[in-house]
Amino acid sequence: MSQQIFKGHKVSEGLAEGAVLISQDAIMFYLIDPQTGIVIEKGHFLEGKSVAGKVLVFPGGKGSSVVQADGLYQLAVKKNAPAAMIIQYPDTVLVTSAIIMELPMVDRVDEAFYQTVKDGDFVRVNADTGEVEVVLASNE
Amino acid sequence: MELDKRQQEMLAGQYGNGTAMAMKIQLAIGEAFGASRMVPITRAHVALSNQEADLWFVEKILKAGAKCVISPTTNPGFSLQYFTGCPDVLPEDIELMNRTHNAYKEIGAVLTYTCTPYMGSNIPHFGEIVAFSESSATPFINSVWGARSNRESAQSALCAAITGYVPEYGLLLAENRLGDILVEVKATMKSDFEYQLLGYMGKKIGSGIPVFVGLPQTISPEALMNLGAQLNTSGAYGMYHIVGFTPEARTVEQAFGGKKPKRSVVITDDDLQKILAEISAAGDRKVDFAMFGCPHISISQVQMIAEIVNGKKLAIETWLLTSSYTKQLAERMGLQKIINDAGGEIVEDSCPDQPCWRHLQGKVGVTDSPKCAYYPKRRGMDFIIRDLATCVEAALKGDVQ
Repeated sequence: MSQQIFKGHKVSEGLAEGAVLISQDAIMFYLIDPQTGIVIEKGHFLEGKSVAGKVLVFPGGKGSSVVQADGLYQLAVKKNAPAAMIIQYPDTVLVTSAIIMELPMVDRVDEAFYQTVKDGDFVRVNADTGEVEVVLASNE
Repeated sequence: MELDKRQQEMLAGQYGNGTAMAMKIQLAIGEAFGASRMVPITRAHVALSNQEADLWFVEKILKAGAKCVISPTTNPGFSLQYFTGCPDVLPEDIELMNRTHNAYKEIGAVLTYTCTPYMGSNIPHFGEIVAFSESSATPFINSVWGARSNRESAQSALCAAITGYVPEYGLLLAENRLGDILVEVKATMKSDFEYQLLGYMGKKIGSGIPVFVGLPQTISPEALMNLGAQLNTSGAYGMYHIVGFTPEARTVEQAFGGKKPKRSVVITDDDLQKILAEISAAGDRKVDFAMFGCPHISISQVQMIAEIVNGKKLAIETWLLTSSYTKQLAERMGLQKIINDAGGEIVEDSCPDQPCWRHLQGKVGVTDSPKCAYYPKRRGMDFIIRDLATCVEAALKGDVQ
């Protein structure tokens, strides 16, 4: 990989790192089991996978105006929230939930990031500067 | 982002720490969306949910001294009056709802406890800048009433009610209200139910502002309620247009602002049937209960249900969830007696996604609303989704096709 640091834009401040988990589908955090962090939504791209401690790369949020906050809150209380979130389509519900739960979130990350990133890559997100650094690419 | 003198004073804490906290959150939201200023609002609706995060946030900001300058109407939790003493409801459930009630009362909310403010209790006028959360409400007030609100979360709408401002971005600006996805509806829209399924086509429609063409010229308020509610169950939509029907889409040209749509989608009967099969539990079986009212049913829907059950006996428990206002009308109009005599219940101020339905855990119900079937999954309820009339017939027989 030629470029290791990708530029993005701050949505919700903070620093975090973790393994990447990519979802092609929009995410509704309420249908994730807070006890395990596992997505329980039927037919979802991440069904059966855990978001706990991951740097979650996904298009954006979906669902009602209350469940994102509660979903993230319950995950945070059980220490199963994602470490950071990288999104493409910010919406007020998801953005507000990330801000009040103090979870780092960035958007508008370089197209090159999306061309190279894969599940399991270890990345560092500095939401304050908007930068995403790929620390270690996964071998798988 | 530039703040005026009063907004700066709010941020600096001159209006108390609670207001400062709200302004700080709104500033972060504004910056995330590239807003350049804050603009005043004249109405708000907060999607109170009586969930732990809801209570945590409202109590936190209230404790810091926040008070609403624009009194927001509120969504339902569950009715303490109706459910206190029910074996389902545990002391901790009562405590949670009591604390939610007291916190919102204290912060200065209008305790309407209904998710359909746009059907009666809080209707903005064309062009009015407001902060509405509740995912069925935001598309309704933007699309049908032509008011301007972003798809606020419960918490961002509460912050707006506290400061009296919203950051100016997104759907507050005319250029962002134009449609960008052409949705040609070839499906037969026989009843309000098909609008539930059309709304659930979010995956196929994709993200953006859909412009529907090919819909009938007469569309009921309930159909519009269904469409908005389901669009935001299957996706995240602040607004849609219906050409020749909604106020900012008199023509295709106006709906798209003269531009070309970025996508075109065709929705057929087959699409609607496929999505129904995907989201509904399999039919042709016995059912344990029926639930209507996600979002809260209107008086017309109560009338329709009453007509079908009049003089008959329901085979399974049947719940009609609605606003206290509609319940009062139902009582006054003799509909409540008809429904009660048949064995059904009309419950005010309550939502299907609440702890008061504990006894329905592990049971299978019928509902006309995909949204009703979606969220309570976490509470272990499963649903077969059918049109309203079929659901009521199923409730009379105790089984469904």
